[in-house]
Amino acid sequence: MRYLPKSDAERAAMLAEIGARSINDLFSVIPEEYRVRRDLDVPRQQAESEIISYFKAAGQKNATDYASFLGAGAYRHYRPVIIDSLVQRGEFLTSYTPYQAEITQGTLQAIFEFQTMIAELTGMDVANASMYDGSTGAAEAVLMAMRVTGRQKAVIARTVHPEYREVIATYLKHRDLPTSEVGYLSATGRVDLEALEAVVTDETACVLIQSPNFFGVIEDIPAIAEIAHKKGALLAVSIAEAVSLGVVRPPVEADIVSMEAQSFGVALSYGGPFCGVIAAKEQYLRQMPGRLAGQTVDADGNRGFVLTLSTREQHIRREKATSNICTNQALVALMATIFLTVYGKEGMRELAEQNLAKAHYASKTFSSMSGVTQLFTESPRFHEFVLQTDEAPAMWQKRLLEEKIVGGVELCRWYPELENATLWCATEVMPREVMDAAAKVLAAGLVEA
Amino acid sequence: MATETIERKTLGKVRPHQTQNEGLVFEKSSPGKKAYKLPPLDVPAVDVASALGAAHRQEPAALPELSEIEIIRHFTRLSTWNYAIDLGMYPLGSCTMKYNPRVNEFVARIEGLAEAHPYRPEAQAQGILEVIDLLQKCLIEITGMDTITLQPAAGAHGEFTGILLARAWHESQGNPRKKILIPDSAHGTNPATAAICGYQVENLKSNAEGGIDLEALERQVDEETAALMLTNPSTIGVFESQIHRIADILHAKGALLYMDGANMNALVGKARPGDFGVDVMHLNLHKTFSTPHGGGGPGSGPVACKKFLEPFLPTPVLYTKEDGTKHWDYNRPQSVGRVRAFYGNTGMFIRALAYILANGPDGLRQTTEDAVLNANYVRKKLEDLYELPYKTPSMHEVVFSDKRQAAKGIKTGDIAKRLIDYGFHPYTVSFPLIVPGALMIEPTESESREELDLFIDAMRSIAKEVEESPELVKSAPHSTRVSRLDEVTAARKPVLRWRA
Repeated sequence: MRYLPKSDAERAAMLAEIGARSINDLFSVIPEEYRVRRDLDVPRQQAESEIISYFKAAGQKNATDYASFLGAGAYRHYRPVIIDSLVQRGEFLTSYTPYQAEITQGTLQAIFEFQTMIAELTGMDVANASMYDGSTGAAEAVLMAMRVTGRQKAVIARTVHPEYREVIATYLKHRDLPTSEVGYLSATGRVDLEALEAVVTDETACVLIQSPNFFGVIEDIPAIAEIAHKKGALLAVSIAEAVSLGVVRPPVEADIVSMEAQSFGVALSYGGPFCGVIAAKEQYLRQMPGRLAGQTVDADGNRGFVLTLSTREQHIRREKATSNICTNQALVALMATIFLTVYGKEGMRELAEQNLAKAHYASKTFSSMSGVTQLFTESPRFHEFVLQTDEAPAMWQKRLLEEKIVGGVELCRWYPELENATLWCATEVMPREVMDAAAKVLAAGLVEA
Repeated sequence: MATETIERKTLGKVRPHQTQNEGLVFEKSSPGKKAYKLPPLDVPAVDVASALGAAHRQEPAALPELSEIEIIRHFTRLSTWNYAIDLGMYPLGSCTMKYNPRVNEFVARIEGLAEAHPYRPEAQAQGILEVIDLLQKCLIEITGMDTITLQPAAGAHGEFTGILLARAWHESQGNPRKKILIPDSAHGTNPATAAICGYQVENLKSNAEGGIDLEALERQVDEETAALMLTNPSTIGVFESQIHRIADILHAKGALLYMDGANMNALVGKARPGDFGVDVMHLNLHKTFSTPHGGGGPGSGPVACKKFLEPFLPTPVLYTKEDGTKHWDYNRPQSVGRVRAFYGNTGMFIRALAYILANGPDGLRQTTEDAVLNANYVRKKLEDLYELPYKTPSMHEVVFSDKRQAAKGIKTGDIAKRLIDYGFHPYTVSFPLIVPGALMIEPTESESREELDLFIDAMRSIAKEVEESPELVKSAPHSTRVSRLDEVTAARKPVLRWRA
């Protein structure tokens, strides 16, 4: 086996030195009846070229040459080449969690830089080293708010990503108090502030919203913060599209921000690995989940970095830890850090503005077709928008696929009230010709009908 | 003269070599520098202020401004400050720091896989669904379980999912039960997980061999026990030879046996948890199945279980139609719900499957045998100098204690730091908690005899230094860019971000 650095002669010599007659001596502690005496039923050992052929064939079966208007929590952005050049350096790729600070300063300084960039972008004081993804990060943000406030009830906007809400429900299932949901206004697609005011009480630990929300609409964060804070609840804001922060005002009124940073240079990869992160106001630091890198000095006064405040974590605090998280998404956070360094202060704004322009063009072009209506037009949006079609989406989806275009995601699976509505996304990589072609296909069905 | 100096500095397998200094990326920034170029916009620009109104960001985030060469140098310089498997042995017990094959990275980046959107129509995603299906089948075969979910993002997330399955099953039997039993040798994630799932944690004291005390277990298991969370082989690298008795005691009271699969690298191809009474377990693809640790993640923590737990698996569940096409089943009324958006860390599934294919059944078995051989070799070569608190046979890792060295004032943490000067990453320090001053060593199968011998020489040399020049060990490391860092100040006055 080509990964194993031993010859049979070396194995035999080592066994002799141990004083074992055969390798099975070393497994004799496993009771006879549980020892596997046959080959496992897995594919036979393959050459590297065979492995590559297998996965290339799988990739081709996935139909690679389709243009796509899919977003909904996973976004296609251009990934600068140097991201993969750098993260594939073995010193980053094959290093462990930096508990031994003297020989992991590279990873530690990169985490410190990541934490700084996330805090800058979100308008929070501090950010952690990463969470699994946006959905689990949102659930952890709610649990964190419960620890901070000592309250057991959460209010969650229906405009939060539906799969994030499902994850939160799983995490909160065994809590004493039920979670309440608050709806949206059909004209704006924004949280119904009156309904929110009615449902937030003195028992509410936090209000969790998403902005831009699942419909791509930017929420009125100052107004929502006021309602939450009036009752002593925290405001937690989930951000699923991190690139929005290039042009969208950060949620500075929030107490906790949970962000999915996939848009910062991370491949879609059928939904993972992505990169969650939690940022917060400084006073809530001790209730934060996950790892934190901090600056300090060595014995000679040199600046250095360490993992810190670990008394919050499971390996020290065990059942009293702020979370059970151990492994996080470090290498993906490094991708995000490199992405943010490549675009920098000006580039993030310029990139976000291009996204805004593409989506405006797409929504305008599509909704000018007869039989296509854009919803929630009264509200500011980033790069996603909702269309309602006279025709059932299955009809035009089929025609689009024939043109090798994947249209928007159907919303009725999560929002039964939004019949024939679909969520579309256009980022900086969406060419104008594809938007024009898709518009024609949308219109074509109506002519036939 | 120069030659002499170099020789004097050579220690074990290393000699000091320069690394570049490098400030924070923010300190290198200057306004107007760029590392990006966007293509010209092919649609009309939008007046951002009027489009966004009050939601328009007035002040851009203070991100750094650098050119591309500076970014390459910045992160390359940082990388040279790291130790890595690619540089040498990484004997962290419980972490399974094995070689991360490069073909794994190559195939995970194949366009049709890396660019697949999670909501693309299933008809356009058959390739990736087949990859997921094959990995599931392989892992079910390797563990001897009946079914699996790949959704959990890491080991602790897998524990969470597994205990939720146990809870859901107990609820379906009429009582979720109140407590989870956890041996005192367990990973910290186990009690933290039980607490998050709403259970009380009850500690189970290890017996004199560091294993499960069957009498204590029998006393402590009752009708309110939901499960025992057991690591097998245990964190001292010992196989629970009474495993089936443990399962019987639990099952007699209706409690389940959860297995923490962190140490599965000792079992693949040699024994299957499903055969020895385990009801539900997680795997760490970033340990046993060679996906890279990446400085702390991403991981992947699949959960395999017996048939009776299948109705409770997280949604969605992959299934195959009669025509052979694969689909996601979202209609699972008894499911514990979702534990993550989309389907899991798919990129890690691709890497793990590439590893399984590269090994085949013979390679997987040989891998396990070599891992166990290496640990026993290290044990044999060091047991005269380091105290072995448990004499029970070792599997894939060996745990010593610093008892003899502590008598000279040298602790496991000091020995670990000195090991750095010899060119090795330290072993796991002070864990498991049942061994005071633990040195937990897991060489993995990826080490040649030559590298193992260098490690053994280093450990033996340090044992001698403890006797002859303890100060040298106490103040180690001496060869790193930074010396021991002030962790107390870091925690007392946290500086967690750069400020201008």
